[in-house]
Order: sequence, then C-alpha cells, then structure tokens
Amino acid sequence: MRNIWIITKRELAAYFATPVAFVFIAIFVGLTGAFAFYIGDFFDQNQASLQNFFSHHPWLYVLLVPAVAMRLWSEERKSGTIEQLLTLPITTTQAVLGKFLAAWLFCGIALALTVPMWITVNVLGSPDNGVILLSYIGSFIVAGAFLSIGICMSALTRNQIVAFILGAVVCFLFTMSGLDMVLNAFRDWAPETVVDTIASFSFLTRFDGMTRGVVALRDFVFFFSLMAFWLFAAILAVDTRKGT
Amino acid sequence: MTVMVEIDQLSKSFGDFRAVDGISLTVSKGEVLGFLGPNGAGKTTTMRMVAGFLTPSGGTARVCGRDVVEDPTGVKSMLGYLPEGSPSYDDMTVNGFLKFIAEIRGYDGAERSARVKNVVARLGLGDVIDRPIDVLSKGYRRRVGLAQSILHDPPVLILDEPTDGLDPNQKHQVRSLIAEMAAEKAIIVSTHILEEVEAVCTRAVIISGGRVLADGTAGQLRTRLPESHAICVVLPQAAAAAAASYFKALETVAAVFETPMENGNVKLRITPKGETALAAEISAAVRQQGIPAIEVYQDRSSLDDVFRLITTGAAPRAAA
Repeated sequence: MRNIWIITKRELAAYFATPVAFVFIAIFVGLTGAFAFYIGDFFDQNQASLQNFFSHHPWLYVLLVPAVAMRLWSEERKSGTIEQLLTLPITTTQAVLGKFLAAWLFCGIALALTVPMWITVNVLGSPDNGVILLSYIGSFIVAGAFLSIGICMSALTRNQIVAFILGAVVCFLFTMSGLDMVLNAFRDWAPETVVDTIASFSFLTRFDGMTRGVVALRDFVFFFSLMAFWLFAAILAVDTRKGT
Repeated sequence: MTVMVEIDQLSKSFGDFRAVDGISLTVSKGEVLGFLGPNGAGKTTTMRMVAGFLTPSGGTARVCGRDVVEDPTGVKSMLGYLPEGSPSYDDMTVNGFLKFIAEIRGYDGAERSARVKNVVARLGLGDVIDRPIDVLSKGYRRRVGLAQSILHDPPVLILDEPTDGLDPNQKHQVRSLIAEMAAEKAIIVSTHILEEVEAVCTRAVIISGGRVLADGTAGQLRTRLPESHAICVVLPQAAAAAAASYFKALETVAAVFETPMENGNVKLRITPKGETALAAEISAAVRQQGIPAIEVYQDRSSLDDVFRLITTGAAPRAAA
C-alpha cells in the first residue's frame, strides 16, 4: 500500500507539473456545463435535476479519459524511465495501481470542480440530492472504468497518440454497445443471448440507471470487475512489453 | 572474499535472437568488474536481468544470496542500478526526484532528508537542487542518476555506461567516485571505453554475441596478444630498407613490419620471438649500426587490440 501511494503522489504531481492539467480541467468543466445548457436544455426542462448534466458524461469521457491515461506508460517507455521505475524495489502491480489511482484522483478533482452546478440547482429549486450524489459516484466510477481501459492501451505502445486513439476506440465501443443503433445490427442474425451480452456491456445503460437514482449492486459489480480485468491486462502488458 | 553477485547460466532470447547466451560469472566484495563488449554484445540485457528489469529466459542471478527470478523485489532492494543514459523524470526537480527515490527505498522524515542531503553533497548537486531535471546538462543528469543509485548505500552497484557522453573532467569525477566506493561494495561497470577498465576496474570480462569470451585483469588480458612486446623504430625513408633487413636478421626477432608515415619517415615495428624483451638489443643495434633513428619506443599493445582480437578474431593492426 505504501509503495502504491508513493507512486500515486508522484504521478499526481506530474499531472500538475505542466499547465496541461489546468487546461484539461477547464475543458472538462466547461464542456459538461455547455452540454447541460445547450444540448440538455437545462433551463427549458423546468426541473431541478442534474440528469441532463450527467447524461453526457460518458460521451465526454470517451475522449477526455483516454487523454488523461495515454501518458501513464507510453511516456515511461519512450523516455526509458520505466527502467528506472521498475528497478526500484516495487512490483509491477504496485506501479500500475499507483498510476491508475493518480489518474482516477485527477478525474475526481475535475469532477469535483463541477459542484457549482449542484449548488445552482439547489438555489433554483429543490432537487433530490441523494440522486445527485449517486450520479456523482456513478460518474466517478465510469471514469475509473474508462481509465482502466486507457492505462492498458498506454502500456501497449510507446506512442502516446496511438495509446489515445486505441483507448478512445475501445471506450467508444463500450459506450455505444447499448444503443439500439448498434444492437439492431446484431438482432438480424445473432441469437438473443449474444445481443443481450453486448447490451449488458454498455456503460450508458448502466450509468443512466444511476443518474435516475437506481442503485443496482450488479452495476457496481460490473464496473469494478471491468476495472479489475483491464488493470490485470495492463499489468501483463507492462510486464511483457517493458523491455521493448 | 564474499561473493555478492552470482550470475548463473543467464540467458535471454528475443524471439529467435539470443541476446544473452548462458553467461556465468561472480563478483565479490571489493571488486570492480568491467563489463566489456562491442555494441549489441548483450551487456545491457545482462545487467537489466540482474537488476530485475527483464525476466531471464533461462538461468538466474543471485545478489547477496537472493534469487532474481524468485525474489526480484528482494534483489532490487540490495542493488543500486544506473540504467543506460540515466533516464529520470524530466519534469521533477532534482530534490523532488531524490526524495521520491528515498521514499520508495523506505526512508521517511528525518532519515529521508539526511539520505538526500548526503548524496547531494557527495555528487555536488547542491547548485541544481531545485532545478527541473530536463534543463540539466548531461553531466549533471548522470550525477543525478548516480545519486539515486547510491542513495540507500547498497552493497551491490550496477552501472550501465556511467561515463558515456561525459567530458574528461566529468569522467574523472565519476571514476573517482567508483574508486572511493570500491572497497566496501561489489560494483559492475559496463563500458566500451577500454581506458576505463585500466582506470577503475580490478577485473574485466569481455563478452560478445551473448557469451563470455575472456575474464581476467587488464594485464592478463593484454598478454593474450601474440605481439604484446613489439618495439617501434621511426627513421627516414632512405635508411629504412637497410635497417629493416638488419633487424630481420637478428636471432630474437620474429618479424619486421614497415609502415610509411605521413611525413616521409618510415616506422618499423619489430616483434620478438616468444616473450623476449627486445628493447635493449634494438637500442644497442641502433647505436652500433649508426641507424639514423628518430624515435625508438616500446609499443605497449593497447587493450583496444586485445578487445578487437577477442571479439572479432581479427589480428591487431600488424604494423600500424
């Protein structure tokens, strides 16, 4: 645990070592707001709820989260610091978890800075704050799931741009898989179970439930097992590709 | 002598390519082992395996009794390792980076500050302590790399090309540092600069194609050259032919090679039969025969020749 935390601290500081972190946070906060107001018609809804604010989060994450994750391992391999890092008395698992945690905390900070939205709806009306809290937790977990994909893609290549594109594509597939547009393409020929399986991988469907205040244990299990799977894949990727 | 590093039939393959092919050697406390070889010989790969970065395809290495395959973290904690080119996190300051290393090495609070302070003083990093690493010169970066490798005062040090790309003063500093620490540690230094072996190493191992080709002190390696005691005589072109045939006739002389030099003179390189010392005889002959020699000197064959002979099988330049 100690080693994981030391890595996390270093990585988190590395995010803020350049102005890129602040630009990123500004973009995230700006876009979530803009999506809620312009696409989600925040005012015209005449409802004191943040559902329209949260419903766009997975779409933003598809592009923004792989950008947060892309440098985690690609940069280490490109600059050779991976050799320095992995000859310190730590395990690969600790290094992967430490980096993942740092990126997740970074996303958490960005998310926390949208709290003014929460305050605003409370000023304008009386929303269900329990639902909003659950939505925040849900959004944070979705970001973590995307990050676990992103960190695995980052371990696969020494090129950050390639890591970003791979990450965005895989995240996009997971987001899209619940939409009728995608499922209809399978309904014609694939058996029902296959269609259901594809639909069950959708982040959108599960996250949508959370923003409506539905607490389903299986959704949490789904997201955390997904994270565990991708993090495990990331550890394997680092171990097999570190010397190349 | 206590054996600190034991490399046992270590091998590594990348696909079909066998980078390291069954290397075995030991390093004891007090030894500075020079790890020599042409580029691509497998030096870095071997060191990376001992340092726990790469997993061996076969064999193993033990550092202070700990096995790198079974207990990589244990080995890493006994080692100070300087990777080739000393990569470090460019966006961190020297102080931040060393603190991070100290923390990962298990030091906290006052102990951590004391450790960092100690290596900063030892490597003369005081002036750049608050600068980001990416603005440092190559010499300073290397010193930062060395600082992190000795911060926990490890019993075993592995330094991959520690003086590569440094200017002569910086090289000297790094070598003095190695010499200072040599007594109480086992140190492996890889290099392809042969003067370095003579300067700091107590023993040298030459590897090529992933195998150990020679193992011994610099002196022992030098005697592997067939013509390690040649005498050179430089004289004007006009006198060269006569002198050469005179030397050839001497009983103790094996061969005489003539090389024209740029300034119109000729260099005769005279090699003895066996290990006879020719110096006295040749200088006497020069005086008695009135040979107009400009220079007479013993051509101490350099380690470079030994290196070329061993790694390529080519005889050293016959008469250069």
